[in-house]
Formats: sequence, structure tokens, C-alpha cells
Amino acid sequence: MHHEITFPTHEATVRALHAGDTVTIQGEIVGIRDATQIRIFDQGQEPPFPLGGAALLHTAPNVRKLADGSYEPMCIGTTTSARMSRFTEGLIRDHGARAIMGKGGLLPEALEPLKAHGGVYLAIVGGAAALETTQIEAIEQVEWEDLMPECLWRFRVRDFGPLIVGMDSHGESLYENVQVEARKRLDESIYARL
Amino acid sequence: MSTMASTDLATAVEDAAAHLYVWALKDIPQDLRDALRDAMGRETHKVGKRILETINTNVSVADEQGNLVCQDTGIAVFYARVGERFPLHPARIEAALREGTRRATLEHPLRSNTVHTLTRKATGDNTGHRIPHIHWEFVPDWDGLDVKCVPKGSGSENMSFLKMLVPADGVKAIKRFVLDSIVGAGGKPCPPGIVGVGIGGSADLAMHLAKEAIARPVGTQNADPDVAALETDLFGLLNDTGVGPMGLGGDTTVLAVHVEQAHTHITLNPVAVNYQCWAARRASAHVSAAGDVDYDREA
Ligand code: SF4
Repeated sequence: MHHEITFPTHEATVRALHAGDTVTIQGEIVGIRDATQIRIFDQGQEPPFPLGGAALLHTAPNVRKLADGSYEPMCIGTTTSARMSRFTEGLIRDHGARAIMGKGGLLPEALEPLKAHGGVYLAIVGGAAALETTQIEAIEQVEWEDLMPECLWRFRVRDFGPLIVGMDSHGESLYENVQVEARKRLDESIYARL
Repeated sequence: MSTMASTDLATAVEDAAAHLYVWALKDIPQDLRDALRDAMGRETHKVGKRILETINTNVSVADEQGNLVCQDTGIAVFYARVGERFPLHPARIEAALREGTRRATLEHPLRSNTVHTLTRKATGDNTGHRIPHIHWEFVPDWDGLDVKCVPKGSGSENMSFLKMLVPADGVKAIKRFVLDSIVGAGGKPCPPGIVGVGIGGSADLAMHLAKEAIARPVGTQNADPDVAALETDLFGLLNDTGVGPMGLGGDTTVLAVHVEQAHTHITLNPVAVNYQCWAARRASAHVSAAGDVDYDREA
């Protein structure tokens, strides 16, 4: 099933998503990466703007600074999410974020907080940065510029996607399903053909 | 024999390196484009097909906008085939490839990824101690130079695996190790891509060979028929796992499997896997002794 969602949004919106659904996003998304989340959680600093209802993107964008101090997108892509899994609970439970977007999936341990507090993991097509860049209409706000490029970014997007619901709020993970199925195929038929 | 001054020849190689790095990042080779289109046509899994469509659209958007195909400018890896009579010494070729990488990074500008491994301090120009890395081959009775640039992204490079297998376990163990590595990697290395496998030699040589394997055009086969048969077998087996595009399920887990082999010790059976994501960027140039540069999209 396909869903068109405008972010920021409510818990009920993401609760309606199921692993394997596709999503396109309108509105605003927030860019974060390792250093941004280390500052929020390990150093205990409040983010300069609230993350309630937000869709968060794992990114370190390539941008150009213009004369008026604003930024223009050059090439905006997505990084591997797994290493940032430990921040999931804090992001959803304490800050009210509703979607985490990246590539490769969060570790299985992230399923529990997604379920308990109402969040989803949306998989982007990794490496498709040229396309992703055209879907970013503007960089609306940049905070913690000292962390460049791992600042806290606010982007305005149009038709951002396609995204695939990789992990939902009902305890299901497409990554896990695929792994279980692949192991089964290995054990039941592939190893026997070596 | 060329009378070209070696400083001019060094400049020609440096310019070629700078051009190759940027070109590779923007315009992926035709064999890969064909493989991605074919995979999209064949894929029966709904999510997998959608992902392959998006990848193909992304390649076209990069063409239209003159933008990078993927944001990760990687680590520049060069493959240099040097004729024994090429009038520029490899020490100078190395310096030129390095300077070309630095210039391309600063002039374009490109994102720099290079940091000191312990301090994590950035160099800012995509060069550093022993980086870019260069693979050398020396060719007798020739006066030319072939240079290939392969910018290697970290998402796929992180999915590299080495195992020293028991010789008695033979080719079966090699296949099993490759299968387990690729299934375990799941969606992290941005599949479907090219699986590079190095077998034989020593631990370091096996990984070196795996890295050479990923730089080969899709559709090429190893000249050794036994090795080519292993490539075909592994291709079929890996695509039967169902890992699929981005690890979200589907028929297309890999676009190609390339194996490179070296002889080894009687009690060794090394196997190395180096994954190359779908953004298998690669660009080549032929440099003549006179300093003429021919760019080549197929090599
Ligand atoms: S693994 Fe490859 S396609 Fe994916 S983000 Fe890295 S360089 Fe790009």
C-alpha cells in the first residue's frame, strides 16, 4: 500500500504503516547524523528546534554557503543507519519523532522502542543522491553549524521518496523477514548445491 | 621515441587523474547501466522493482543535472598499467595521481572523506598517508600507461570479509563463505552490486585480488575457465538467496560476481570478499608516451 504523508505528523499516522508499504513525504524533514545525536543524548543538549512529529533523515549533506549565510543543496544523500540504532528510544520516546529514515535498517533492538512509543523506520534507496537532491526544495534552517556537515538540518521537501517501510510500529521488520527467509533457503536448498 | 619533457607528461597524467575522479562520480559506465536496466526488467518482487526503478531514475537525473550519482565520493583507488618504456617513472606517476585527486577535490569541489585513522583528523582534500591507493601492473614491451579510477564508497567497503579456509574444504567452503558474507551484509552495502572475490595467494593478496575483481566491467569473465565457472555458479547461488535490492527482498541480490585467482601455498586456501555497491563508479584513460590522453568508458 502507498501512503502520502505530510511531516511533521501524529503518532496515529505512522501507526497505520506496515512493513513493505511505500511512502512519499511532503512538508519538512530533519537531517541528523552521528555527531548530532551524540550532542543530544551523550552531551545532554536540547535540540535548538523541537523534533516532535518529525521525520529524521540520516545524512551529512554536501552544501554550498551563499553570501547571505544561507545554504544551497549540492548533493544530499543518505548514510547507513545501523550504527545509530541506540538513539531510537530517546528520539521517539523523549523527543516525539515519528519516523527515522536511512539505508540498511536499524538493528533489531530498535523494533521495541518503535513499537512501544510509535515510530517507523523508512528505508530510502541508498546511493540515489542525485534524485534525492532534486526532492529537497530548500534548506530552511541549520543549527549547530560547528558540527558541519553533521549539523541539525531542516529541509523543505516535495515528493520525497519513494521510501519503504522497513520496520513498523507493530514489531515487524522487512530486514528480519528477508534474513530469516534467506537463511532458510541456504539451509534447505542452496548449501546442498555447493 | 617521444621527446616530450617528463614534466609535461606528469601534467598530462595529473590532469587525467583529476578528470577521471570527477567523471567516474557523475557518469557510470554503460555496462553497469545496461545491467541495472536488465535487472529492473527481470525483477518480479514489487519492492525490489520499485527500488531498481528508482536507481535507474537516479542515474538519469545525475546525467541531466550534471550531479554526482551518489553523495559518497569515496576513497580514490587507481589501477595503473605501466608499459616498461613509458617515459615517466612510477614514482612520478604516483605523485601525479595524488595531485590530480587533490586538485579535483578542491576545484570541483568534492566532499573530502579522508581522515587520520586514529585521530580522525580530516585532511580536506581526499589524499593522505598512502591514500589514494594505487594498484600497479607492469607491462613488458610497451610504452603506454592505462589509468583507471574507482572511487570506493564506505557503505560497501565496510562489507569486506576475509577467511583463511582449510584446503581440504576446497571450493565448497569458498562458495559457502561468499554466500554467508553477502547474506550477512544484507542491505548495508547498497545491493545489487558487483561481488569481488579474491582466492589464493596470501591473506593480503586475496583481498588485493578481490579489489581488482570489482574494477572489471560487468559482463567480463575470468580467462581461466575454472575460475569463470566459479563466477557463474556464485552468481546463480547468490541471486537465489532473495536478499534483493537494498536487502528488502527480491530476485536481484547481485549484478555480477567477479573472481580473481592467484596460486597459493599447499596448505593455504584464502578467500576474500570485497563488495561494490550498485554505484560501481569507474573511469579509465590511456596515456601515450607522447602525452596524448584517450578517455575510455568501457575499460
Ligand atoms: S554504498 Fe555505494 S551507493 Fe551506497 S551510499 Fe555508499 S557509495 Fe553510495
